[in-house]
This record gives sequence, structure tokens and C-alpha cells, in this order.
Amino acid sequence: MARNSNDQDRYRSFTRRAAMLGLGQLGLFSLLAGRLYYLQVVESDRYVMLAEDNRINVRLLAPPRGLILDRFGRELASNEPTYRAIVVPEQTNDLNALLDEMSRYSEISEAERDRVLREAHRKRSFLPITVKENLTWEEVSRIEVNAPDLPGVTIEAGETRSYPYGVSMSHIVGYVSAVSEEELTGDPLLELPGFRIGKSGIEKNYDTVLRGSPGNRQVEVNAVGRVIRELSRQEGVAGKATRLTIDAGLQAYAYGRLSGERSASSVVLDVETGDVLALANYPSFDPTPFTRGLTQLEWDNLVKDPSNPLSNKATRGAYAPGSTFKMIVALAALEMGIDAKQEAFCPGYVTLGNARFHCWKRWGHGKMDMHRAIRHSCDVYFYELSKKVGIDRISDMAKRLGLGLETGIDLPGEKSGLIPTRGWKVSTIGEPWQMGETLITAIGQGFVTATPLQLAVMTARLASGLEIKPRLLQEPANPDFEGDAPPASASLNIPERHLEIVRQAMDAVTNDQRGTAYRARIAIEGQEMAGKTGTSQVRRISMAEREAGVVKNEDLPWRRRDHALFVAYAPVEKPRYCCSVVVEHGGGGSTTAAPIARDILIEAQRRDPLGKSTAEQLARASKEDS
Amino acid sequence: MSLSFTSLRPNPRLTLVQKVWNISWGLVLLILLLAVIGGGMLYSAANGSFDPWASRQALRFGGAFLLMIVIALIDVRKWYAISYLGYFGVVALLISVELFGEIGMGAQRWIDLKVIQLQPSEMMKVALVMALARYFHGLNLEDIGRPTRLLIPLVMVLAPVALVLKQPDLGTALTLLAIGGGVFFIVGVRLWKFALVVAGALAAIPVAWQFLHTYQKNRVLTFLNPETDPLGAGYHITQSKIALGSGGVVGKGFLQGTQSHLNFLPEKQTDFIFTMLAEEFGMVGSLLLLSVYLALIIYGFAIALRSHNHFGRILAMGLTLNLFLYVFINTAMVMGLIPVVGVPLPLISYGGTAMITVMAGFGLMLSVFVHRDIRIPRQGPGSMD
Repeated sequence: MARNSNDQDRYRSFTRRAAMLGLGQLGLFSLLAGRLYYLQVVESDRYVMLAEDNRINVRLLAPPRGLILDRFGRELASNEPTYRAIVVPEQTNDLNALLDEMSRYSEISEAERDRVLREAHRKRSFLPITVKENLTWEEVSRIEVNAPDLPGVTIEAGETRSYPYGVSMSHIVGYVSAVSEEELTGDPLLELPGFRIGKSGIEKNYDTVLRGSPGNRQVEVNAVGRVIRELSRQEGVAGKATRLTIDAGLQAYAYGRLSGERSASSVVLDVETGDVLALANYPSFDPTPFTRGLTQLEWDNLVKDPSNPLSNKATRGAYAPGSTFKMIVALAALEMGIDAKQEAFCPGYVTLGNARFHCWKRWGHGKMDMHRAIRHSCDVYFYELSKKVGIDRISDMAKRLGLGLETGIDLPGEKSGLIPTRGWKVSTIGEPWQMGETLITAIGQGFVTATPLQLAVMTARLASGLEIKPRLLQEPANPDFEGDAPPASASLNIPERHLEIVRQAMDAVTNDQRGTAYRARIAIEGQEMAGKTGTSQVRRISMAEREAGVVKNEDLPWRRRDHALFVAYAPVEKPRYCCSVVVEHGGGGSTTAAPIARDILIEAQRRDPLGKSTAEQLARASKEDS
Repeated sequence: MSLSFTSLRPNPRLTLVQKVWNISWGLVLLILLLAVIGGGMLYSAANGSFDPWASRQALRFGGAFLLMIVIALIDVRKWYAISYLGYFGVVALLISVELFGEIGMGAQRWIDLKVIQLQPSEMMKVALVMALARYFHGLNLEDIGRPTRLLIPLVMVLAPVALVLKQPDLGTALTLLAIGGGVFFIVGVRLWKFALVVAGALAAIPVAWQFLHTYQKNRVLTFLNPETDPLGAGYHITQSKIALGSGGVVGKGFLQGTQSHLNFLPEKQTDFIFTMLAEEFGMVGSLLLLSVYLALIIYGFAIALRSHNHFGRILAMGLTLNLFLYVFINTAMVMGLIPVVGVPLPLISYGGTAMITVMAGFGLMLSVFVHRDIRIPRQGPGSMD
């Protein structure tokens, strides 16, 4: 029995210990239950959020870029669909064999093949690799048809910027290209692969408008970032179309007309509204390659070209206006009360102290009044006039006519040119103004500079008497042509009779046989132009040279030849178009620049013979397009 | 109640039919329920596919189930008889793993038998309980009070612990220590002795620390603090908590667990399968599963208390403790309560050896229950008492 009682003790002890163990296990189970409650009830919201973060990935969708249109709605910058073939390596067994198969439908060069294989090696196998970009429709359809033989290959549609008018428009429209590191503003859109932003022209100036706002798609991704499925998709809002005042046809004509020179620019404005109808530079560049990215060689060729094709000379080139400035001196004198009939004698030079100021005509013009002085572009008359008028009135009038200040055109990097004043000279050079400098300024030389755009604005103001501002953007950019009323311009507050004196003189420049640009006149009845020649020295003519007789321009190296300028408006009777032409190192304004201005003004009037026949213009515009 | 022990009723001889009748079918039903849940979770882990896990696990379970029934029907005295042999056999396997074992997961743990990869450290959990049960079966309370009598079982526990530590598999080593300690506790070793051992162990840590290699120290430190390994264990536990917590009260629904299906959850078919269940079925589902385990453990306690032989009691209790440790360590780990150790969730996690070990354990528990009325003399079934 001792053994039995011993067994009983042992069992009792066992039962007791089992109870303790059971309680212990129950306690630990309660701990688990409590922990579950804590994680799944108390902290649940936090973890739900973390889980969503884990799982949902928002990817941006690039919106279509806004179009850039001309005044008739023709596309100056548009979006072309492009197709590229992409391959997801993990969906294909043998990438090499697949590329062989692909090359039957679309040529794949050795370099491209190497790149694909390299990328496939480097990237995770579920990430797509671009096999080929810019596929033709034919290639796309061949690949689509043979899709069963091409596992893992898909065609992706994208958009690329295209510029139907190419070189003639590039200085206005600009171009887009890849976002550089400095341009990253934190806007996630900019960080999309392949995203392009405007780098010059309208593309740059209105980049944020054209860009639109991105859409997004929510995708479910797994732990390694692979897309499982799309949860939602919201398309972006396309960028706003931007409508310009440019007439693409006239622009193309102007560009073509300038292309006979080495370097030239021209601006055509509507004298009543300030609408910029054409703003052409030659040489120019093709904006399309910028979209894909230039090679170093292409870039070097553009940058090293001495005629500087990348520069928009119409807004950024500051030239001495030469004799085209004389109208300003004349108006300043008239405003001062000087009689236009008052004459001055031109012996070929003027002396001031012991300095001599020469007229371009070595033996002088003889007796000149204002009308004749402009017609003949007599320098001495304006030397004499400026002595009386003084620099202050001249600069004041120049500024009222739009020189020396940025015109505010919607293009980046516009230059203001320079209208010198006494204060300006003291503050920048540190010397007081000299009378001699007034004389030089009066013939548009010396410190004074202006851009071709400013010269066009000056001409428009002369022709209209209004404070015309150049307008490149039509607001709002509605696609139907009826369009918006041009903004009313303020009056220049120059008496009409003063303007009329100057206009008649400009009329004589081209239409009087004795005028400097008579040979470049418009002979078409009712379309005649009035203008003013200008020739601006690039270098000073030395005494020795003058003694030896002025060297002919053609005998100088190109870089040292004079700039040729011409400003004009037409028709004379009821001015509607004005035009400025600057030919760099082109020699004389009458021989080089005036014929160009003439042809452009003829073309402008040919395109719009009745002045405002919009329906006809529209019809012709669409015919030109087709 | 105690009358049945003092009665001199002869040991019953059970026919096969009686044995089958004696099987605790409630327990078997719970096991089947777990297997079904496990299959469902593996189906979900494969994103709604029987391939590759659920189907193979079902096949394995079929085999393991047969094994369990066979073990259950074998006389508990046979198990008593071979318990030491089994123990030494597994120790021999552990040593052979040390010598020829497959290198996997950076540790030597498996013997490749081509058909199945044996993991002797898992088998040791059962073998140790059997050997200790046999040893303590022969000891009365007075014997247990003598420290000298505890030396042999202490060596029985520490030898495999040392071998497993060398693999190295700290998790299993500690589990073996816990099982050994549990058996010591259940047979009535005085509590102050436990306190003494714990105090001694704590005192020995700084000394033992000096003998460890730097890489071993690092391993222990990482084990204790997974944050030092943010891309390894730390990442796992963070993702596990996110999945678990985002399940909320009722879960995201079967096959709808986003975290697990999007591969944020590592090893979702093995050690972290509870997380997936908790994500898909929420707190309700998690608690239900824990309740099934709790019910199994209660069955284990009941079997232990109803056994008429001490070997069976200790065996059932030790195996129940083993089951509990599996469940607790695994779930506490995925909930971030304890460091990450590789312990599967019994009958739910994908894997072969653990399933066989666990099912063999259930088989032994059932055998104890089937033969609950058989008495075994303290000197063993062969002796005349």
C-alpha cells in the first residue's frame, strides 16, 4: 500500500502542477488575445494606412501639351503620336531570339540590340525596356499582327512635339527638350521620364500654361514595385492652346526672303493693333531635333556658327538704328517748335570745336529743309537740328516711339536697346554728356541701339500716331477666327501735322525719284510704301580712310561691313502694315534692306488686299495648309 | 476517482475494435479542422491555387494522418519500451547531421533522405519528451527530491540542446530547454530548484559571453534585438504587424489579403502564415484559430489527467506543452511580442518535418488515451510487481 499511496501523492502533485501549467498557458494565450486586440482593433487604423501606403502607388500621367496656333488656327507646334515597342523581359523566354524575330518587322541595329540586352541585364525583369522608338505605322501594324510570335512585346503610344513650320518659326515658337537638373522645381511632373519642357520662344514663355496638369493612375504594386493592376485612372488636363498673331504664311515668306542674306531679321506688324504678323530671323534652326536631344556635334555647329542661328535677332539684336532714327529727331524738333521749312546748308560736314562731323555725301547736299533732309537722309541737316533740339528732347521722343525700352513682347530674353541720356552717361561711363555725342545720336550712331522689333514698333507708331505695342498672343486663344477686338491703343500725343510732315518725307524716300529708296519702291497702285533707309557703321571711319576716300563696303571683310536697315509701312494712304528689316553687315540700307522690306510688304498686302477680309484669309490659309 | 488507481483490476487487453473505439475522435476532428484551415490558407498563399503548397501539404497530411492513427493504436507500453532507444536514435541523427548534414539557411539542420528531408532537431522534441517520461515514470516523489536523481535527465536535456545549438538553431534549443523544464516542473521538481537554476544561468551569462566568438555574439544580439537587422528580421516583423493590424476585426476576406498577396509578407506560406490568416479573417478569425489550439491543449491536459500510468501522463503533458510552445512562439513572433525565430504554426504552416513531428505527437497522445486504463509498473511493463 505504501507504493499505492506514493502513487497517489505523485498523481496529486502531478495534478497540482498540471493546473499551474494550464493556468500559465491560459495566461499566455490571454496575452496573445490581448495583443491581437491591440493590433487589430486599437492600432488598426494606423496599420490600414500603412498597408495602403505599401500597396498603392500613384503614378503621374503626362498631359498632352497645349498646341501653338497661328492667327488662322494653323498648328505651329503640335503633338504627334509616336509608337514605341517595349518588351518585358520576364514575359519572354529568350530575349535574343525575340529580338531576332522583332528585327523581321522593324530593323534593329547592333547598337540598339546591345542597349536592350544591357538594360535587360541591369533592370529587374518585370520592368519594360524600350526596344525601338518612333515606329512607323507600317512597323506598328506588322508588330501588332505578329504579336503571337512576340511574347512580352507591346506597343506603347506616346506623344512627341512636332513643328510643322520648322526653321521659319523656331525663334517664335521655340522648342522643348528634356528637363535639366537645375530646372527641377519639385513639380513631380517634371520628373516623369521623357518629360519635355519649353526651352525657348513661346514654348518657354508659356510653358506652365502649355504644360497642362497631370493626370494620375493609382496602381497596386507589390513589395518589389511591380504593377499588379490599375485601380483608378484620371486623365490629365491638356495644356491650353496658345494662339499667336503670327501669319504662318507671311512668316514663311519673310524667312525665305531673308535667306538670301548671311544674317538678317525682319518684323512685320499690323500698325493698328500691333499684331506681330511675322518675326523672322535668318539663319535659324530646326526645333525638332531638340525634342530628342541634340548630339554634341549638332550643338557645336549651332553655337559656333558666326551668324548665330540660335539668337532671335529680331528681339535680341541691338543695332545702331542709323538714319532710321532721323524721324525721331525731326519729331522732337517739330515739337520744340522748329519750322520744318527752315533750311540748313550741307557742305558735307559740320564742325564742332575742332571736330568734324561728316555727311554720308562727301560733297554735301546743299540747302536742306526737313522734308528734303529725310528724303536724302542728309546727316548735316540733322547735326544742325540736334544742336538746337538737344539730347534730352531726342531721347524723350525716342522713348515715346518705343525705343530704349523692352516692348514687352511675349518672348523670353528681349533686349531693350539703348537710348542714351545725360544721366545714363554719367552713371554708366562717369563722364558728362558732350555736344558731339548729341550730333552722332541724331544720325542713329554712337551709343544708341534698337532692336528690329523696336524699329517696327517705332514705324507703326509713326504711321498710326498711336502708342502701339507689339502683340504676339491672341487672347483668348479661341479657335474660331472671328476673334477678339484688338486692344485700343492710347494716342502718342504727337500732333497729326507733325506726323504728316514726317510721313510725307518717308513717302518721298521711296516714291520720289530723288528719294534714297526710290529703286525699291512698290509700284503697285494703292499698295505703295513709305520708308526710311539706314546704314549703321560697325566701325569708326578713321581720318586716314576718309582722306583716301571711303573704302567700299564690298571690299571689307564681312564682319566689318555696315549693317543695312530699312523701315517702312504700307499702303501709304491708309497704313496697315509696317516692316523693319536689318541685314547684318549688309552694306547700304537702300540697296540691301529696302528691297526685302518691299517684297515682304507686297506679300503682306497680297495676302490681305482689302485689309480685313478675314473669311478670304481663312480660306486661303486652309488652302495653303493642304 | 482515486479508487480506480487502488483497485487491483487486471490490465485490460484491448482488441483493435476497442482501440479504435477508444480513440478520442473529438481530438481527431479538431486536427482535421486545423488541416482544412491550413489547406485553405496555403491555397490563399498561392493566390487562390492548390499548386504548389496546398495540394502537396494535403498529400503529406494524408500520410501523417495514417501515421498518427497507427501510432495511436500501438500499445503505450511499446512506446515505453522503445523510448530510450528512440531518444538515442535521434541523438545519433543529430550527431550525423553535424557530420554530414545538408547546409540550408546557413545552418546544418537536415538529413536528405531523398524522399523527405529529416530535421532531427524537430524529432528530438518528441523523443526528449518520451525519454524523460520513461525516466520520471520510474521515480517517486522522494526520488525526485534527491538532486542526484536529476542529473541523468538534466544530461538528457542538455546533450541535444548542445547539439542543436551547434547547428546553430537557438530557437529549437530554447524550445527543447523549455520542454525539458516543463517536464521537470510537471513531475514535481521543487520550485526553488528552478529558481536556483535560473539564477545560476543568469549568473553564468557574462562568463559564457566571454567564450563566444564575435559572430556568435552578433547573432545573439540580433536575436534579442531584431531592430539591428532592419532589412532582415526587422523588416519581416514590421510588415507582419502591418498585415495583421490592417486586418482589423473581421479581416479583408479570404484571398483578399493585400499585404500577403503582394509579397510584402515574407514566408507567408510557412512561419508567417498566421499573419495572412489574421489579415484575411481579422481578429475574429485569429481568435477562432487560437481557440482551436486551446481546445487541443485542453484535450491534452484531459488525456494526461485520465491516464492510469505515469508515463502516459508525463508524455501527454510534455507533448501538449510542445504543441503550446509551437503555437505560442509562432504567433507571439508574428505579433512582434518575441524575437523572430523559425517556428512553424502546427498543421497550418507549409512543411514536412514539423507536420510529421506534430502528428506523431498527436498519435502518441491518442495512444496514451486509447490505453489510458493500462497500468505500467514503476520498474517497467516487463517487471513483476
